[in-house]
Amino acid sequence: MAGDVLLEARGLTKRFPGVLANDSVDLLLHRGEILGLLGENGAGKSTLVKMLFGIHQPDEGDIYFKGQAVTNDGPGEAIARGMSMVHQHFQLVPPLTVAENIVLGNEPISRGFFNKRAAEKRVREISEQYGLTVEPTDVVGDLPVGIQQRVEILKALYRGAEMLILDEPTAVLTPQETDELLVILRQLAADGVGIIFITHKLREVLAVTDRVTVLRQGKGVGTAETANSTSASLAELMVGRSVVLRVEKDEAAPAEPVLIVNDLHVRDDRRQLVVEGATLQVRAGEILGVAGVEGNGQRELVEAITGIRPIDTGSAVVDGTPVGSKPRAVRELGVAYIPEDREKDGLVGGYSIADNLVLATYYEEPFASRGVRDFDAVAQQAEELVEQFDVRTPSINTPVQSLSGGNKQKVIVARELSKENRLVVASQPTRGVDVGSIEFIHNQLITARDAGAAVLLVSAELDEIFGLADRIAVIYEGRIVAELDPTTTTREEVGLFMAGGG
Amino acid sequence: MTLTKTLKGNTATIVGLIAVAVALSASYLWDDTQTTAVAARTVREAAPLILAGLCGLVGERSGIINIGIEGQMLLGAFCGFMAASYTTNALGSTVSLLAGVAGGVAVASAAGWFLAWTAIRLRMDQIIAGTVINIFAIGATSFFFVQGRTMPTVPNWPVPGLRDVPLLGRMLFDHGPLTYVAMLAAVLIHIALFHTRWGLRTRAVGEHPGAADTVGVNVFRLRYLNLAAAGALAGLAGFALLQSASAFNRGMSNGKGFIALAVMIFGRWRPMGVFGAALLFGFFNALQAQLQFKQALDVPPQFFGMIPFVLTIAVLALAGLSARPPAASGQPYDPD
Repeated sequence: MAGDVLLEARGLTKRFPGVLANDSVDLLLHRGEILGLLGENGAGKSTLVKMLFGIHQPDEGDIYFKGQAVTNDGPGEAIARGMSMVHQHFQLVPPLTVAENIVLGNEPISRGFFNKRAAEKRVREISEQYGLTVEPTDVVGDLPVGIQQRVEILKALYRGAEMLILDEPTAVLTPQETDELLVILRQLAADGVGIIFITHKLREVLAVTDRVTVLRQGKGVGTAETANSTSASLAELMVGRSVVLRVEKDEAAPAEPVLIVNDLHVRDDRRQLVVEGATLQVRAGEILGVAGVEGNGQRELVEAITGIRPIDTGSAVVDGTPVGSKPRAVRELGVAYIPEDREKDGLVGGYSIADNLVLATYYEEPFASRGVRDFDAVAQQAEELVEQFDVRTPSINTPVQSLSGGNKQKVIVARELSKENRLVVASQPTRGVDVGSIEFIHNQLITARDAGAAVLLVSAELDEIFGLADRIAVIYEGRIVAELDPTTTTREEVGLFMAGGG
Repeated sequence: MTLTKTLKGNTATIVGLIAVAVALSASYLWDDTQTTAVAARTVREAAPLILAGLCGLVGERSGIINIGIEGQMLLGAFCGFMAASYTTNALGSTVSLLAGVAGGVAVASAAGWFLAWTAIRLRMDQIIAGTVINIFAIGATSFFFVQGRTMPTVPNWPVPGLRDVPLLGRMLFDHGPLTYVAMLAAVLIHIALFHTRWGLRTRAVGEHPGAADTVGVNVFRLRYLNLAAAGALAGLAGFALLQSASAFNRGMSNGKGFIALAVMIFGRWRPMGVFGAALLFGFFNALQAQLQFKQALDVPPQFFGMIPFVLTIAVLALAGLSARPPAASGQPYDPD
């Protein structure tokens, strides 16, 4: 299986102002091997690979590539040595073609001019050689993400990569696209490429890697043979304590419908119809999980239901009252909203935790009387909620922007779920949140459900949908294309609907 | 193929130019002298707009908005004038004019470098930085300007033979050197932008600098170089103003640097589009000049003088609806 050592890192340390991002981390990668790099958000995975790839310079430690000590002064040098990286956010130029994107930086030149034909020919050759089908003349911005990712991998292969780093490559893929990617990675490894596969999804680590190195709080806490590992053992390494991976919940006791969405049409910011006839119901005491690949109208659906985005045609009704275009009126119907983009839509970064906790209620008793704010009441509530929702912060006056992702999300969850709710709309509630906080947030959603709220959960993570939802609705191109029972359906079936099949 | 794209993207310009061409041909039959004068003037007026518009284009294609073209033109004209003026006695008129071009280009180019520096090193708001250049240029050129200095006249370079073609001859082949430079520059930059490595990298850096950076393209270096080169174009645009005026006056760029931005947007950030749009603007300038000159209508001259600016507003309002600038234009690039 694995050949000689391709890359070895010893004692890599990186400090950022106030943070020890990597603390003496070791890493070993063989030719033809897929090494999983596992860790929670903020564990230092990205910093580590950025040092390998020359984006950051290590403060201490050495990197050996093909047996020689190397320092990469920038990605250009790393690429020249045969190291490549597929970034989590694709590094592709949308208006350029596939071929132009692939050759950018190493363009074929003839007589001083960029030789586009040669570029397209070369791309076609590599794409056939590795079975990564792309059309070199397509404009990248028009392609689905799965294909864009292929272009990224081809970029690496075009440069003769012997080592490939993939940073959370499956975050944006459907389950089918993920499976395809894993097959491709296996092939590449068989051709002798050494692959570092960064992820926080245990399932993928177990499915495709040979060995796995786990980081926690900037330290390497262990390397394991994948064959000898289980989800539970890896999760424990990652978090440092045993974690309940399955969400504990009782049978749902659904009552009357709270949210009724009928033939809803909504436009996006570019005035294109992206929700085109969505119909769904959520009953009190149940969680409806909306599964779908990002960009299929989830965002607009949720924003229409919460009154943030105008409805084009159709209706969304909460407890018999149609939602209008006044978010405050919708909220006063007993609707809680955990937005997808917490930095942009959920919090005011420069405000304190206390102020963020009353963003929606600052004008109400007891936080204000006759238009004058009562800071004592605000502070008292903040102290209680920070305690109750386990927000890790030096004080309630700390600006929210200085908190970690998980703690920011807990502030939102505290604000939204501490009140009495009829409907909870939660969009990607655990994105970019550490495992410990995920567990906590999931339990809060279950608690809200058991208190009789209807919960609409939108998530791109199938694990989350399967773990929490009492019913699953699949959204594709702005329509609900399937309603499924999580106890009888499979990931594959849901994935098929997400991809527009089925 | 890239030209077809330009043609598709610039329907408004093309329709406008065809309308102008038809109007000119018709009016040529009716009054050939005046029509020829307007046609020749259209191209002459277009020259500084082409050069300045290309300056804006190269900047934005590399990801930096340049609102300081006006100032760069003014600096280019002023320094060009001073350099030519002070070297006339020692060097003779031809060489002193070359010295003038070199001086204007160097200073405007330095201003472009300065803009890149504020955007890259200081991560300053690029609109503010451009405004700084404009204000500095107006102040400095007014302060150092000495009334009564002269410079050699920029010669006319009629192309023998071609010049005598009716209408088109005077329109295209009877100009000062900078007008030819402007037309040539549009063609060359078109080729460079779409058919060379520099062009591919420049477009990548203007759309998604991160992508370019991760494959080893030096984003900052390319931006510095491009902004300096674009500044040189603005310097040439400034000298093109001297070509028709033969002397520097205070504030002689007279808003052309801003109109150039409209030209760039109307030309959809494509060099040949800029060329066409500049011709269209040049035509309205020429028309207003001719109408003023002939006093054909009993309207105050200020009214005609206003036309190019009104047109600019109209163009931006209409074209702005569907125009898409390079995605990274105006965004400071942070490699982390």
